Amino acid sequence: MANGAEYMRRELMIRLVRAFDDGTLEQELDQIPIKLRPKDGNSSRCCIYHDRAVLKYRLMALLGFSCEEEKDEARSLASYKQEADQRKSIEKKPVLTVCSAGCSGCPDSKFMVTENCRGCFARPCTFNCPVSAVSMIGQTSHIDQSKCIKCGKCMQVCPFHAIVKTSVPCEEACPVGAIRKNEHGRAEIDFEKCVFCGKCFAACPFSAIMEKSQILDVLNQLKKRESKVVAMIAPSAYSQFPGTIEQLFTAIKQLGFDDVMEVALGAELTTAHEAREFQEKMAAGQKLMTTSCCTAYVNLVHRHLPDFAKYVSSTPSPMKYAAELVRKESPDAITVFIGPCIAKRMEALYTDLVDYVLTFEELGAILAGRKIDIMTQEAWKLTHPADELARNYAHSCGVSDAVLADLMKDQPDFKLNSKFINGIDKKTLMQLKLFASGKIPVNFLEVMACNGGCINGPCSLTKN
Amino acid sequence: MKKITLEICCGTTCYMLGTQKLLQIENIMPEEWKNCVAVSAIPCLNNCTSENICGAPFVRINGEIMSHASVESIFNRIRELLPGEGEE
Ligand code: FES
Repeated sequence: MANGAEYMRRELMIRLVRAFDDGTLEQELDQIPIKLRPKDGNSSRCCIYHDRAVLKYRLMALLGFSCEEEKDEARSLASYKQEADQRKSIEKKPVLTVCSAGCSGCPDSKFMVTENCRGCFARPCTFNCPVSAVSMIGQTSHIDQSKCIKCGKCMQVCPFHAIVKTSVPCEEACPVGAIRKNEHGRAEIDFEKCVFCGKCFAACPFSAIMEKSQILDVLNQLKKRESKVVAMIAPSAYSQFPGTIEQLFTAIKQLGFDDVMEVALGAELTTAHEAREFQEKMAAGQKLMTTSCCTAYVNLVHRHLPDFAKYVSSTPSPMKYAAELVRKESPDAITVFIGPCIAKRMEALYTDLVDYVLTFEELGAILAGRKIDIMTQEAWKLTHPADELARNYAHSCGVSDAVLADLMKDQPDFKLNSKFINGIDKKTLMQLKLFASGKIPVNFLEVMACNGGCINGPCSLTKN
Repeated sequence: MKKITLEICCGTTCYMLGTQKLLQIENIMPEEWKNCVAVSAIPCLNNCTSENICGAPFVRINGEIMSHASVESIFNRIRELLPGEGEE
């Protein structure tokens, strides 16, 4: 297990699925926090009562509610469940929520001298500090916090690794400064700035940043079976689960989906369209075009660098193309995209093509809840397996490779002048501005918000 | 000597709750163990009932089920089973 927070999140999901199937979810929900943290048992925080409170909020998010909107603290989870059961569609609202009861209010980031300091004679810390914030008091070095500009030079030069940096993991991870502590000292997301990359979600060691799950909505749809429900599996699924992809598809089918399709088939269309668009734009004199399949990146441009938007390809994402393929065949189908991504939930909210988004974690939890093993399934017969280049979209550089291969079909000697941004961070906006300035000779830029591509998405099971 | 069998449950529950990380165990095992331990991935051991779920991930070592399996606990058990070790 990568960590305890992940374990708890997944265990709760599995319990929820099992209780749903037993028809006892409504009765059980409010008991779960107590069952998991009984009196006289161990606690992970200060006491079992704090743990229980956090568990309640986790369950609330699993039912699809945001903690920020809680009006009545005494409201039972059972009553949230009733409301969730009535939900016809997912509200157009942010898909992340912060559990302030779970947030530890990490102390502000600063540099500190530890007892490793030997008070050496060379004292590189004092000499290298650009603002003279480090001085010797007695035999140890001391950092004047009022002067410190947090450049980290002292930490780099200390031969004894005596200087450490404490940090606020969510703030550090956010590429756009959208998460900050509020007046109560708890993390709060500014949803005007947030690009839904999920980096804070993955970074928080207290797992205080949660997703508003759609697991209950999908379980309800699968139970009601009012119309055909189709699972669309993202290209990053190929390395996520035990067994083969064909076995995974059979397993998913057993959950009650009427059909299962590879989103990579949509990626084939994205490639073809993007290659044409590239040719047209270059012919029209545009210097640069960037990929558009990563929603978090597209959000980043729209919210933080609108002038750059003209360089972003207008080609729809593989998810949209895949959903279009589904709807072409059965116009009333309920489409469920399953991937490793939080931002895709946002993308889906703003298109009629995709009804629900599940993460690999949630898919795994439903399979686990129903005790469906993937390894022991028969292989599903893919009527039209997607090509390797399309399946490779989930890896960094995958899109460029596919687009280049497409362009080379007509012009075998075609050269793409491509660059990659492999994982967005605090420097990305500056990099993008540099690319826009035209000082770097590049005409095709691939941007993936997650390091390594979608395979390392915030909700993927196997992180490399 | 008969090899020690280490079976890693790859049922979906165990996989989600930790055995996925244990699949690497062969690579981190001490070299000298590699000839004495047979590692395999197996389907659900049927231990992941709602009562037991917090015991996941499960593995089976020489036929004996171990809950809360981690690299450390597995290594400790193997050490006990290896002849000449663990009985100082
Ligand atoms: S999945 Fe391991 S015991 Fe069922």
